[in-house]
Amino acid sequence: MNTTLIKDTKADRIFKYFLYLFILLAVLIVIYPLIYIISASVSDPTAVNSGAMWLWPKGFSLEGYEVILKYKDIWRGYGMTIFYTVAGTAISLFMTLPCAYAISRPDFSGKKWFTTFMLVTMFLNGGLIPSYLLIKSMGMLNTVWAILLPGAVSVYNIVVTRAFFQSNVPWEMQEAAKIDGASDFQIFFRIVLPLSAPIIAVMALFYGVGIWNSYFSSLVYLQNKALYPLQMVLRQILVLQDIQQGAATGSAVTASAAEAMERKAELAAIIKYGVMIVSSLPVILVYPFLQRFFVKGVLIGSLKG
Amino acid sequence: MAAMQPATTLAIPEAKRKKRTRQFFSLKRLQENWQLYVLILPAFLCLLIFSYVPMYGVLIAFKDYMPSLGIWNSPWVGMKYFNQFFNSYYFWDLMRNTLGIQVYGLILGFPLPIILALALNEMKDGFWKKFSQTVTYAPNFISVVVMGGMLVAFLDPSTGIINHALGLFGVKPIAFMSDPRWFKTVYVLSSVWQGTGWGSVIYLAALAGVDPSLHEAAIVDGATRLQRVWHINLPSIVPTMVILLIMNVGSLFSMGYEKVLLLQNPLNMSSSNVIATFVYQQGLINGAYSYAAAVGLFNSLINAILLIVVNNIARKVSETSLW
Repeated sequence: MNTTLIKDTKADRIFKYFLYLFILLAVLIVIYPLIYIISASVSDPTAVNSGAMWLWPKGFSLEGYEVILKYKDIWRGYGMTIFYTVAGTAISLFMTLPCAYAISRPDFSGKKWFTTFMLVTMFLNGGLIPSYLLIKSMGMLNTVWAILLPGAVSVYNIVVTRAFFQSNVPWEMQEAAKIDGASDFQIFFRIVLPLSAPIIAVMALFYGVGIWNSYFSSLVYLQNKALYPLQMVLRQILVLQDIQQGAATGSAVTASAAEAMERKAELAAIIKYGVMIVSSLPVILVYPFLQRFFVKGVLIGSLKG
Repeated sequence: MAAMQPATTLAIPEAKRKKRTRQFFSLKRLQENWQLYVLILPAFLCLLIFSYVPMYGVLIAFKDYMPSLGIWNSPWVGMKYFNQFFNSYYFWDLMRNTLGIQVYGLILGFPLPIILALALNEMKDGFWKKFSQTVTYAPNFISVVVMGGMLVAFLDPSTGIINHALGLFGVKPIAFMSDPRWFKTVYVLSSVWQGTGWGSVIYLAALAGVDPSLHEAAIVDGATRLQRVWHINLPSIVPTMVILLIMNVGSLFSMGYEKVLLLQNPLNMSSSNVIATFVYQQGLINGAYSYAAAVGLFNSLINAILLIVVNNIARKVSETSLW
């Protein structure tokens, strides 16, 4: 595909410069804020706020992280988020995989109406208020179920999974097992699932990252702060700029009150950057290794999309 | 290939016969397939309860919903709440803000992933290509709350890095987050920052399917690289572009709550108040359930209509459509 045999013309060389310039620009625009956050989280608060820190950390300090370590709300939120992510992903997989398998079967008599039943929900929905009233009338308000159940099934993900089953698990193989007397359950659990590790990984990642990053359903359905996931705590700190009183009491105990106040405000800014990192860490760590799975998910989806 | 022919022609009539018998509901089939029905049961129940029951709940848009009476027993009021919404002074503001943000987002957000994909596709395979992809995809995985926090921190008039940078060029600090004139730009540019890389994945997949012999032939004919990108790569992703354009235009009115709600504040309200956040405000903060449900229903109706219209236009014009 490349022009290795024929020498680049002048036009091609200019093209190449512009190409790499463009890519470089795109990469820089994306990466700069990310590096800035990391540097800011370990820099001297004054340097960050005054704009003296541009790229690399200035006046290295871990004060921000010390405060975060003692910030109880964050860690409780972390615990809840881990719970929501693990439980929610498990529930979602339990609903998505069997269902996608059933409708991937060409001999399943309920395939057609159920597919329609599913696709309708992609175009029509009751909307926020009726959903809220439903959750309320079921007594699920302020319980973990309001976070775990309503969004557990993503029709898009079912369609993607079905496409995977159809193209990667040969129907002939399943038919052969059927002739040998295997039941549908046995075919699903013994033949199809063991062959489907990639799609299980893709789905677990899609659902998992989705739950980890979501805050809206907690905003709507939860009032009890003990149940707040991490993102809700973050919203308080980052967006509402409401840092818990007393949380920012750093090492400056001996200083005068006014000085301590100022110090507190400065620390608050650093905490924010640290919190962004701490909250995104699991996703950041996992992402480079699993990127190909995410991409794969999109590609399987685009086959049918 | 030739040996396969008889087998396939034989198989077709049989499949047809099977299909004919399947059209009738039969207990025998249900019995045969019962385990498959068990497999769809969890998803079926979940969708039934959490997607279909709220569709019934939409009735409250035509009623004066009172929690004590329940949905069915609340008195009917017909189109009262719809009329109230259409005649309100903020109706056009909400429409203008919703459409304004979405169209602005479409104009920037639609072409950029295509350009990025075309560029990435021209890079030689290897470390730098992989690195560029990994970096540009990454923002997609940042949560909307962290994104909101980044904007608040970076755009702060006195401590934010953006204003420090502008200060170097002698620009006075701009209050991006509280100035209504800046809201749409902040919203759209941050979405572009987050979504462009990931949006290019699907185009890259389409580009991977381009027949290399087309490029070889073009090289022999003396085409430059730019010409090949323009005349071979770009046309080959047009079907993908059309599909995504339909989906984007079709969802012009389905603006999510999450991000606006985070960036909204009393000061920028005149340009950040959109239909979605209005529904949230009226329904969940003020408790005007019926009114909010009516506004929400109106919103999803124009959504559905828009999608159908755009799809039909696309089918007529380009032979590519969603259905």
